[in-house]
Amino acid sequence: MPETPMIAYVDVVKSFDGGNGAERVLAVDDVSLEVAGGEFLAIVGGSGSGKTTLLRLANRLIDADQGTITVEGCDVRKADPVELRRRIGYVFQSGALFPHLSVAGNIGITPKLLGTPQAEIADRVDELLELVRLDRAQHRDRLPQELSGGQRQRVGVARALAARPRIVLMDEPFGALDPLTRDALGDDYRALHRKLGLTTVMITHDMTEAILLADRIAVMRSGRLLAQGTPAELTQSKDAYVMELLRTPRRQAERLSTLLPRDGTA
Amino acid sequence: MSLFTDPRWAEALTHLPDYLGNHVRVSITALALGLAISFPLAIAVRNHPLSRGILLGLASIVQTVPGLALLALFYPLLLALASLTLSWFGVGFSAFGFLPAVLALALYSMLPVLRNTITGLNGVDPALLEAAQGVGMTAQQSLFSVELPLALPVIMAGIRTAAVWVIGTATLSTPIGQTSLGNYIFAGLQTQNWVFVLFGCFASAVLALAVDQLLALIENGIRGRSRLRATLGGAGIAALVAATLVPALARPPSNYIVGAKTFTEQYVLSALIAERLRSDGLTASSREGLGSNVIFDALASNDIDVYIDYSGTLWANQFHHTDIKPREELLAELKTTLATQSITLFGELGFENAYALVMPRARAEQLGIHSIADLAARAGTMTIAGDYEFFSRPEWAGVQKAYGLAFRAQRQMQPDFMYAAVASGEVDVIAGYTSDGLIKKYDLVVLDDPKHAIPPYDAILLLAPKRAGDERLQAALKPLLGKIDIATMREANLRASGNDSSSSPDAVARWLWERVGKR
Repeated sequence: MPETPMIAYVDVVKSFDGGNGAERVLAVDDVSLEVAGGEFLAIVGGSGSGKTTLLRLANRLIDADQGTITVEGCDVRKADPVELRRRIGYVFQSGALFPHLSVAGNIGITPKLLGTPQAEIADRVDELLELVRLDRAQHRDRLPQELSGGQRQRVGVARALAARPRIVLMDEPFGALDPLTRDALGDDYRALHRKLGLTTVMITHDMTEAILLADRIAVMRSGRLLAQGTPAELTQSKDAYVMELLRTPRRQAERLSTLLPRDGTA
Repeated sequence: MSLFTDPRWAEALTHLPDYLGNHVRVSITALALGLAISFPLAIAVRNHPLSRGILLGLASIVQTVPGLALLALFYPLLLALASLTLSWFGVGFSAFGFLPAVLALALYSMLPVLRNTITGLNGVDPALLEAAQGVGMTAQQSLFSVELPLALPVIMAGIRTAAVWVIGTATLSTPIGQTSLGNYIFAGLQTQNWVFVLFGCFASAVLALAVDQLLALIENGIRGRSRLRATLGGAGIAALVAATLVPALARPPSNYIVGAKTFTEQYVLSALIAERLRSDGLTASSREGLGSNVIFDALASNDIDVYIDYSGTLWANQFHHTDIKPREELLAELKTTLATQSITLFGELGFENAYALVMPRARAEQLGIHSIADLAARAGTMTIAGDYEFFSRPEWAGVQKAYGLAFRAQRQMQPDFMYAAVASGEVDVIAGYTSDGLIKKYDLVVLDDPKHAIPPYDAILLLAPKRAGDERLQAALKPLLGKIDIATMREANLRASGNDSSSSPDAVARWLWERVGKR
């Protein structure tokens, strides 16, 4: 591949203390993975598969035991972790908005840390509210607890995008939302990803969501990377677990197409 | 006369600017110091279980020390420190009053602040800590813009608890020489002036509530991001401090400070001395309710100028003599010993306030007891009561040894209550004071001490080292020497133990001067 990958994991290992003298738990077991610029990668796996650990290694919320991780060609170990995190957007599970800050305060936090002038931050907040399709007059000064789950996650996305990152990491961003909101938000984000030329890594346990949103999917189980590729490539996989993961969306698609025939009278 | 028209309310009110002002200053300073120490400490140890445990453990131990003891312990500690700095750096400081009170109270305020700050910070949702890291905050930015704001309600609750504790406990700083609202309470308890006791309790409760509410206002302001409310609360505290400083600054500083221990006679005599000084055109103020061990050191280090002690007390307690000498000899030797510390034994007032074993006259006659020697045979079936210090004083050991006294039980009591206790038969004998007016009131009898096991206790005027050559002071005090006989002092003490407006120490001091001034 001639182009440098945006994010690259090479032989990465990470283990955690099992606690109370138990054996160390291997969360990420010798994983190598590349994410190209502009790509939307979904990492799919059950709980405890190591997918969140893999994501957090990229912006050094945790550090790897072995192996190398590069972001935009640079070894993250040589980067200042704070500076690194400021240039990578991160959307947390169920938002993790700061409850004592208003919507505007939450969205503007990273630019503020970067020393951006107040007026410029205010303009940027308005721009972002529009981008994530929230009415600025109505939401700007509200506190997170006054928002619905979907609105909160939209603010979470806006916060991740505030400092104009090229990379966005998302940790099960739409997991806790109702199906309709989830669908709308997924579509909206996908559009933003394309419009802004982002590189996105999203974690999900939902294969259907991954297939619908991502360019490529990586499947993880017990810390190991089982397969990666486009949805079409994944169907060629001989791995039992990957096949099982694909069975659900496939069965759903078949049932839906019989239940909702396109050539009907509707 | 109803409770509300009692003139003692008005008298209490005249002391309020002084007592309240001092109380506010010592409490707020202690609280600020306590906060300045415990807040950074709590932040530093919050993620280190071992040091966190040690720190909280130490703070809890401090909390279990009774407030009065903690305050009292700081006095000798600082006194030793002051003499060290004086010999090393040539700079001493006053270990009396403000400093020990502030240090002890600051220590007292630490536990709630430490515990609540640590609990508050550790209670912040880990997901938010990760979010703070994830958006690119440094550890310090995360602490100040996420963790502390979120822990604020718990932290403020701790600060408010500490404030209420400190303001309440500050009433106990009176015995170590810090004027406070406790002056009302200590003086009121000693002279049975319940109006004063109530007034002191009420004033400190109102102060505690006011400070608590101002802190709540600040907390509310910070939490609701209302600069107005936070400023109002802060201004309220500042105004409180300023209001207590103004009268203190406006009042001319008194040149002479008269000390008094914690019993009725001392309140009366210090009022008498202060009045004598004022009538001679000198300015004087009193420092009342001082602990027995504090007052002598305070005089020796020039923190107070004059007070009255008793020869036997100094002899046995201060200078640790175990032998008893005849009256004149003891006084002469005491004078020389005091002179080595540059303290002037100016003279005797004319009466003795000795410890004595006292019992109801009727009972003594019935049992044929005239002296302590007669008592010894029956002591095994009897109970004795004494004040808080008597049973640990060397005189008691001396009496026990001389007569082979062994009582069935010993009880410690508030001095004013023990006379009533012996009169009612609740105890059989008490270690009373010969000058106490209650001896006459309850028809009690003082038992003879044929073996002279109890030293003489002449009331003597002591002057601080810096007053050794002060002629105006000495001229003002001279008329008191040798004028007050035991009968007069007993009557004065009896008057002061009454519970009406003519029983205030000032009123009794005026009565006393009218009786003895013309002699």
